Amino acid sequence: MEEVRLMKGNEALAHAAIRYGADGYFGYPITPQSEVLETLEDEMPWETTGMVVLQAESEVAAINMVYAGAGCGKAVFTSSSSPGVSLMQEGISYIAASELPALIINVMRGGPGLGTIHPSQADYFQACKGGGHGDYHAIVLAPSSVQEMCDFVSLGWDLAFKYRTPAMILADGIVGQMMEKVVLPEQRPRRTEEQIRQQCPWATTGKKGRKQNIITSLELDDDRMEQNNLRFQRTYREIEKNETRCELINTDGCDYLLVAFGSMARICQKVMELAAEKGIKLGLVRPITLWPFPAQQIADAAKGCKGILTVELDAGQMIEDVKLAVNCNVEVKHYGRLGGNVPTPDEVLAALENLFINK
Amino acid sequence: MDINDIIKPENRVYKRPALLNDTHMHYCPGCSHGVVHKLIAEILEEMNAEDKAIGVAPVGCAVFAYNYIDVDFIEAAHGRAPAVATAIKRLQPDKLVFTYQGDGDLAAIGTAETIHAANRGENIAIVFINNAIYGMTGGQMAPTTLLGMKTATTPYGRRADLNGYPLAISNLVAQLDGACYVTRQSVHTPAAVRKAKAAIRKAFENSMAGKGTSLVEIVSTCNSGWKLPPVQANEWMKEHMFEKYPIGDLKNV
Repeated sequence: MEEVRLMKGNEALAHAAIRYGADGYFGYPITPQSEVLETLEDEMPWETTGMVVLQAESEVAAINMVYAGAGCGKAVFTSSSSPGVSLMQEGISYIAASELPALIINVMRGGPGLGTIHPSQADYFQACKGGGHGDYHAIVLAPSSVQEMCDFVSLGWDLAFKYRTPAMILADGIVGQMMEKVVLPEQRPRRTEEQIRQQCPWATTGKKGRKQNIITSLELDDDRMEQNNLRFQRTYREIEKNETRCELINTDGCDYLLVAFGSMARICQKVMELAAEKGIKLGLVRPITLWPFPAQQIADAAKGCKGILTVELDAGQMIEDVKLAVNCNVEVKHYGRLGGNVPTPDEVLAALENLFINK
Repeated sequence: MDINDIIKPENRVYKRPALLNDTHMHYCPGCSHGVVHKLIAEILEEMNAEDKAIGVAPVGCAVFAYNYIDVDFIEAAHGRAPAVATAIKRLQPDKLVFTYQGDGDLAAIGTAETIHAANRGENIAIVFINNAIYGMTGGQMAPTTLLGMKTATTPYGRRADLNGYPLAISNLVAQLDGACYVTRQSVHTPAAVRKAKAAIRKAFENSMAGKGTSLVEIVSTCNSGWKLPPVQANEWMKEHMFEKYPIGDLKNV
């Protein structure tokens, strides 16, 4: 049954996975997301649902275990933070190229390099523009609350299985570490082998009653490889058409539009209150899917407004997609803090005033 | 007696294994891969394992192993086969899970996955083809290349001061508590083929019995990479490879 708890985003995500009926988790410790593995080990789901939990020898091994589990038609996932997710990029490319459903969680910390353990959103490009090699996309979900850390687990897996593509939850360190009230869903049973054979007839479940199944991304015939790529692109166009998600807050008739995701969208809601006290009418678009990007929704919301400010924990990444969305018909500026720093609502409002109003 | 009186099903003593596809292999004449593929297909048939076997193919010459051995397969990224096999077996414990890897895949880029899968005692079988060279990419130095051996990247012979020493990784794996069976075999004579077959069968049986990780190294030839005709390659292997990589069991618990 549903249960109301107070917990961290990382913990909620682990509980949500068990309750989804996940088959396996493979991960490697890294701050600020180690609570995912710790919570799973503490809950011992192998005793209850039969879920496998394994601390791998590296992020490289972990993502390849996820690739294998997905190839077997199982609901498998991994979680890491920025440097670890960099190590996983090759595996994510293989998962996409082999048309496998998998869930990958990045609780972002500041980079580049070893960087900092404090929050960041600077992996936007990596998550949304490929990251690994080749023409592929992962569906990218950006939670801004502990409840969404929980809810996006089932959403991510459902989309991954629907389109046979990797889905990523791109959380920032704040959403992973902050504690909030969360409603955990009911426990669902894990799928049986028979159900997997029916739902995933392509999976490597042993070739009982059928021909051999092969999970591979290798194709040396150029024409066939081109056809594979065209099929991937058709899937991506379908995802763009059906699965683009965003939240619009007070966007009708606003003077200026804020665009922010994850924890920054929460801070921007306070910015809107402060601005209202000064008589400035702000709207907010919060992309929920970063890929596919809600370009049309932003273009519609921006009609008639005097300017757009993207608020990001990076040096300006999402701003490129916002500029493309409005086709330079509206002025778009960026404000962000770097290195693990998080702006206060006052700072954001001051930036907006300096960039647009008092310039 | 007419020959057609002899060619009858009841007189048949040898046939292509049912699980070895009737197709042209891309392997060079004289290569050991074809023999080992045939052994795996035979063993899976004899164990009635065709419905529960899941193979993991490597990156290297055997990248298309799934085109020849007719069971479910997952193609692993270079070196990751033991990690891939780990997840398959943990998620489907009733399946027979094996990897098929070359020396570059298993003992260079995949060293961490090899060591840690064996150290965890994953119930998988690893078939390891050691021909001391990177075959598919054109004959470059492998971790197992012998000192003095000429390759595309050691054109004057492997030097310890420049390239380090040949790595006997099976001896390393044999030290690990999770490994139950580590053996080194070859397929250069009919007798050796029979022993290699028994070793692979034992490894497969161990994995189903939950005994831990088994590794069967097959010391092999690469006549293209070694630039020797097949018969001479076998002779060269006996003279040089067996000194560094002696045939026999390293661990049998």
